[in-house]
Amino acid sequence: MRKMVGAIFLAGLGPWIVTVPVLAHHGNAAYDNKTVTVKGIVTAWVWTNPHSFLKFDAKDDKGNLVHWIGEWNAPSTLINFGITAKSFKAGEEVTVTMNGISKAGAPIGRVTKVVLPDGQELSMGSER
Amino acid sequence: MRNGFVTATIVVAGVLAMWVSSPVTSAQSGQRRESGRSIHRDGWDRIVPDPSKDQNSAAAPIRDLTGIWEPTPGYRDGVFATGPKEYPSDGKREHQLPFTALGEKTWKSHKPGFGTTAVPIAENNDPFDICDPIGFPRIELFNLRAIQIWQNKNQVAIVYQNNQVWRNIWLDGRELPKEISEPRWYGYSVGKWVDDDTLVVQTVGLDERTWLDNVGRPHSDELKVQETFHRVNHDIMELTLQIEDPKMYTRPWVALNKFRLRLQPEWFDIREMVCSASEAAEYNKTVAAAAAPNKGTKK
Repeated sequence: MRKMVGAIFLAGLGPWIVTVPVLAHHGNAAYDNKTVTVKGIVTAWVWTNPHSFLKFDAKDDKGNLVHWIGEWNAPSTLINFGITAKSFKAGEEVTVTMNGISKAGAPIGRVTKVVLPDGQELSMGSER
Repeated sequence: MRNGFVTATIVVAGVLAMWVSSPVTSAQSGQRRESGRSIHRDGWDRIVPDPSKDQNSAAAPIRDLTGIWEPTPGYRDGVFATGPKEYPSDGKREHQLPFTALGEKTWKSHKPGFGTTAVPIAENNDPFDICDPIGFPRIELFNLRAIQIWQNKNQVAIVYQNNQVWRNIWLDGRELPKEISEPRWYGYSVGKWVDDDTLVVQTVGLDERTWLDNVGRPHSDELKVQETFHRVNHDIMELTLQIEDPKMYTRPWVALNKFRLRLQPEWFDIREMVCSASEAAEYNKTVAAAAAPNKGTKK
């Protein structure tokens, strides 16, 4: 637990968010067309239908803890891109890129890439 | 002696390093595997061979659809999130369906998550979002993934990866029911071989609560679906699917036209893809509804 808190603190020292407009994706009525990258600590990896989602915590620029949710594709698709039910562990630091953020202003986005602590990138490449 | 030990150590270390970094090992460990591009795997995590290296263009067996089939060239080509291939909901004039007044009105009462009429999740009334049965023909017009076909002289059975459902097509010469006393999610189907490679299937008696596709195109109790399964050769089969529903559409229309499926190896295991009501509810509450501009719990 101490390790996790420390990791969250470290993540809070350097949260970085980049916003780049890109084309909207079909059917994402709830999402805008921004790309955001957030570094945080995994709290849960939910491997379910219809879509999987990654829960992670990060501090915003005011130091407030934000509970992020990154929505990703269905397990039956992700598995073919090297992403499995065991890809993420709670307590692990990840850098998550999301293309499309909640129009409601909620910290929820559609994941396009996750970088693991050792630098490995998990993504579907150019596919969605 | 010492040199021999050092050499042996280097060799062992080298082999170990190769073993640890190999894709096979990565797959076995479940921790590390290549990402960023599609490497298709079956349900038992086995890599499915590249079609171009495994194509068998020999003649198909006579009057036989048996086997495990997947959309091709891409195994995701049958997702059809925005509607069936020939009529996606994209606003293009050539994709406008010939709705009757009732058809148009019914379609507008449906609130899908995809297509030109997509709404935020809180307003969505897609029955499949809460894991109601996907039904036929939507099972072939949305997320058509792997299918497994068994047959004998009396019937063909199709098992679908999507939601692990199945339906029977009777070949024993019976006629379609004249009156439907009990509409069914997957209807009543009869098939007839029109030549050695082509099975034509008619289906009626479909439950009106289902949608035709993922963008909420409607159907009535008068829906009649015609599927044509045509084996081009040993490895390739084409599926054509026609919708006829005079209450909802002014003329029949073809939703899939020679959509290609490819025969998979005999060892291919179909991956689970089940709609769980509790998982769907959690997703709808935690992700979809929370992300929507017009927040609210999905009913």
